[in-house]
Amino acid sequence: MMIYFKNALTRKNLMALTGLFLSFFLIIHLLGNLQLLLPEKEAQLQYNLYSHFLSGNIVIKLVSYVLYACILLHTLDAIYLGIKSKKANGPKLSRDRRSRASTWQSRNMMFLGIIIFLFLVIHFKDFWYHYKFGELPHDENGNKDLYTLVVNAFDSIWYVILYSVSFLALGFHLLHGVASAHRSLGVYHPFYSKLIRILGYLFSILITLGYLIIPIIIYIKH
Amino acid sequence: MKIYLKIWRQKDNHSKGCFKDYTVDDVNKDMSFLEMLDTLNLKLVKQGERPVEFDHDCREGICGQCGVMINGIAHGPLKNTTTCQLHMRSFKDGDTIYVEPFKAAAFPIVRDLKINRSALDRIITSGGFVAVDTGQAPEANSIPITYQEAESAFDSAACIGCGACVASCKNSSAALFTGAKITHLELLPQGQKETHVRVTEMVEQMEKEGFGHCSNTEACQVECPENISVLNIARMNYEYNKSKLLVKK
Ligand code: HEM
Ligand code: SF4
Ligand code: FES
Repeated sequence: MMIYFKNALTRKNLMALTGLFLSFFLIIHLLGNLQLLLPEKEAQLQYNLYSHFLSGNIVIKLVSYVLYACILLHTLDAIYLGIKSKKANGPKLSRDRRSRASTWQSRNMMFLGIIIFLFLVIHFKDFWYHYKFGELPHDENGNKDLYTLVVNAFDSIWYVILYSVSFLALGFHLLHGVASAHRSLGVYHPFYSKLIRILGYLFSILITLGYLIIPIIIYIKH
Repeated sequence: MKIYLKIWRQKDNHSKGCFKDYTVDDVNKDMSFLEMLDTLNLKLVKQGERPVEFDHDCREGICGQCGVMINGIAHGPLKNTTTCQLHMRSFKDGDTIYVEPFKAAAFPIVRDLKINRSALDRIITSGGFVAVDTGQAPEANSIPITYQEAESAFDSAACIGCGACVASCKNSSAALFTGAKITHLELLPQGQKETHVRVTEMVEQMEKEGFGHCSNTEACQVECPENISVLNIARMNYEYNKSKLLVKK
């Protein structure tokens, strides 16, 4: 029984499921945040209303717990498998050119994941924590004015750069992750495997571009 | 051709190894890589030195015994080739070549370039066989198998157990090897019956031997002498999940 939980295949299944759930969440989160790009006045009221709706909804609350659990489990799995890999490698090669046979992102999922994780800490602290526990002024409809908080944050070019780098890391993580997750779950059909890879690439590019343009456009507009 | 070699010398698994420099002057471009090492060893024996130990047997790319890291790549620069089928024409006169054993915790070094790959054998022993009683040799056509089925089973069965997939993997995973064995038997009616037992046993053995997990980097297929498809790994994952989720014990 114990080996079932310690087993790499099971761990990779869990990692794939949590990763795919997070990927799905990225779509919803992006669509919501694209509201930031509406004309200024409309964006403010609309976005604050949307945030208010999300924070008050019990279903959203439950989904958000699943989301936190996924981030946690995914990260714990990453650490567990990382240690396992180190142990399995044994002595280091003195001359190592094995990298010629695989993509850069597939070999650097941990590095990319750590960037994403650090980003998430900053992201949660600056927006989520502030919105939930901080004092925020209200807009004319009486909703907490998250919009102004966000827009002001992106006044700083450093903040925009921080976000852009993180989104690129996320993009590369997904470039390998989406296709890899399906393999881990056992999709072995050659045609669908290829199709999933192509769709995975498309998904990663669209998600990355979608997230990238938000801080950049806000920065340019203000 | 003149070839400069930096060869990993290590007394046994407990001692520290290091690269030693050698020069071989009379290399013919049509020699295989192993013949070039033979030439060096002949010289070393004549000089009264201990020859470089390496594994080999068939020298025609079918036994899976040979296999070293050549310039940091399992089986050397040519893709999908064994070390014995790599020829010196793949190198230039005056090249310096680094030769190192496959390295993985599950492959202890015996001496120099020689490693112990019994971990792979133990994975086979744990389930890579058909145990149902098949009786007398049946009439050849009594079990219908299509040409396609036979071909894809053979594609997986082509694995020669050389361990290059493990050596090429950043996690030292034996997923390609194990996946190929499981898929090979799953694709044929005699093997299919026991897939769920086989897959759990072999995966657990792979785990016990201390191999790493699969990150789907696909480096293994690129360096595998038999070009075993990474989809064999996905198939193993599928069969494993199916046996864990759907098969009643
Ligand atoms: C929004 C955030 C994230 C998403 C959408 C995501 C998505 C994915 C997906 C789909 C996979 C493929 C799973 C598989 O191969 O079966 C994956 C793998 C991976 N993730 Fe994430 N991930 C995220 C955050 C993180 C974080 C915070 C870390 C931790 C440091 C991380 C570390 C890893 C690692 C190391 C792998 C590769 C595992 C392996 O070696 O095969 N990820 N991720
Ligand atoms: S899968 Fe390929 S690389 Fe791995 S042991 Fe079999 S033949 Fe060698
Ligand atoms: S010696 Fe048999 S495969 Fe190379």
